[in-house]
Amino acid sequence: MSEDSIQKRIGRHPKFKEMVGKRTRFAILLSLLVLVPYYAFMMVTAFRPEWLARTLGEGSVLTWGWPLGVVLVVGPWLLTGVYVQRANSEFDALNEQVLREVRQ
Amino acid sequence: MKGGVKGSIFLLTASLSAAFPLAATAAGGAVEGVIEKQSINVSAIAMFLVFVLATLGITYWASRRTKSTADFYTAGGGISGFQNGLAIAGDYMSAATLLGLTALVYGKGFDGFIYAISFFVGWPIILFLMAERLRNLGKFTFADIASYRLDQTRIRTFAAFGSLTVVCFYLIVQMVGAGQLIQLLFGLEYNIAVIAVGVLMMIYVTFGGMVATTWVQIIKACLLLGGGILLMVLAFSRFGFSFESLFSQAVGAHKAGIKIMAPGSLMADPVSAVSLSLGLLFGTAGLPHIMMRFFTVPNAKEARKSVFYATGFIGFFFLVVMVLGISAIVIVGQDPQFFENGQLGGKLIGGSNMPVMHLAKAVGGDVFLGFLSAVAFATILAVVSGLALAGASAISHDLYARVIKKGSASSADEMRVTKYASVAIGLIAIVLGILFKDQNVAFLVALAFGVAASVNFPVLILSMYWPGLTTRGALWGGIAGLVSAVGLVILSPAVWVKVLGYPQAVFPYDHPAIISMSLAFLVTWLGSITDRSARACAEAAAYEEQYIRAQTGLGASEAASH
Repeated sequence: MSEDSIQKRIGRHPKFKEMVGKRTRFAILLSLLVLVPYYAFMMVTAFRPEWLARTLGEGSVLTWGWPLGVVLVVGPWLLTGVYVQRANSEFDALNEQVLREVRQ
Repeated sequence: MKGGVKGSIFLLTASLSAAFPLAATAAGGAVEGVIEKQSINVSAIAMFLVFVLATLGITYWASRRTKSTADFYTAGGGISGFQNGLAIAGDYMSAATLLGLTALVYGKGFDGFIYAISFFVGWPIILFLMAERLRNLGKFTFADIASYRLDQTRIRTFAAFGSLTVVCFYLIVQMVGAGQLIQLLFGLEYNIAVIAVGVLMMIYVTFGGMVATTWVQIIKACLLLGGGILLMVLAFSRFGFSFESLFSQAVGAHKAGIKIMAPGSLMADPVSAVSLSLGLLFGTAGLPHIMMRFFTVPNAKEARKSVFYATGFIGFFFLVVMVLGISAIVIVGQDPQFFENGQLGGKLIGGSNMPVMHLAKAVGGDVFLGFLSAVAFATILAVVSGLALAGASAISHDLYARVIKKGSASSADEMRVTKYASVAIGLIAIVLGILFKDQNVAFLVALAFGVAASVNFPVLILSMYWPGLTTRGALWGGIAGLVSAVGLVILSPAVWVKVLGYPQAVFPYDHPAIISMSLAFLVTWLGSITDRSARACAEAAAYEEQYIRAQTGLGASEAASH
């Protein structure tokens, strides 16, 4: 069987469409979960810096900006873990199924 | 050129490398100073020699394993996700992260954190949108992907020159930064330092290829992370590991007082901030030496894992650096021994990039200072080696083997050309490093990232995501991106005012990405949709095959067996 016909068969395979659809939607969702808070944070620093200057409690010098900044580093990293977990198990399993079935 | 922008503004910009050019400009007034050659630092040199011997040993070992072009360019695809994650972190965290970012936090407090976040946030996006497609489509270079279904000769040539341009600008910045830093930390002559960096880089790359480069980067990443964490623990213990105590003492010690706890003036202009963050975000995704790292792992699974690890290491290190910067405000900022003539609040000895080095001396003595200096040198070596390898592969794989020989070059010929190219790049880097001594190279950072974001990134992302992309559109868009990125940087404050000496910049922002990247996408789109040639139709029809390979990895290059 030539490579070409394998590719055509993959393209038509419902599980391929399912895998690509799920993975694409998941990747876009996670990208938005990173970018929207980041750009919101940047806009707050530019237009409403006083929001980040509020202290965590009476008598504390710690401001909200620091823990929020930590969240903006740790949060996206955890999301990369979520993506890798799902892509390497669920999506790759679907992918291997597709490749196996079209080769039969 | 207005030479002699001596001192630490220059070092800051140079060693900050790609990371924080705006910071350097914005903070310019505060960080003037003259670099003085320090007395020779014996413990630093001894520790650095240990690093050099170890890496030369690895290079010898690697050279015996590097037989094919695949070994040379991508370590045969045999690097694991974890190893590659460390190596990516080693490629990305330059001496800038350690020195420049701590200096920024030391000087500006919270504003330094904003830069760190902007420098970090591109990595998750690279994972979600690019990592697996890069791995599935690419073989040795990013031009492999850009020219996958487009005209091999024209697009590959253009992409190769895009890579070489970025590599060249970035190398100059690193070499000049290396010369300054080594002069400062080790007490060696500038020229000797530049030659030493260039020669070691040539040896690693020419003999050891990607295997040696990867291991140099892994070792450097471990040293940098280990050294940073140890320093953080030593410094933080002075505050009983209490953030409240650390920050309240820092507020008391800093001349800006409570202002260090909130956003300050660096982000005052939102357009500039957005242009900077676009440039960092998409420029990172268009750096040829970073993209090349995705071809060193065996499959998409490992490619994804490597970004997860890299993102973790980079993010964690940035948080460590925040603690270092704030601790330095208290520990270094109130100790007269670190200021010229012992005057608190005056100039820091060695220039404004030195807080982390002084902190090392304050909490760990001369030996720890020597260790950290050696780590900074190792860091520069790892970054320039990755750059040289990316440049050499653009010359030998793209230009020589594919464009000139049309794929008929033997593997042995290609290897020979690669080695000549590595040596040539090393020599050029040394010459440029010496020529640019005492020049203000801040604009080269903006150029490298501007070109990466406006030339390399659009063609790369569109070739993977948009079936309608044609050769004509890619060429027009690439040229529009190149001309506008270079033109706008020349008209920006970094060149127009600081280098050419005009009073007012024509283009007010240091980073061109907001305009040049948008223009590149627009022109690529226009050039593609108006292209009705038979070639354009064939290119659109070829998208499906490419798409299936990008998604499934069918036909992707496998790891070479050893």
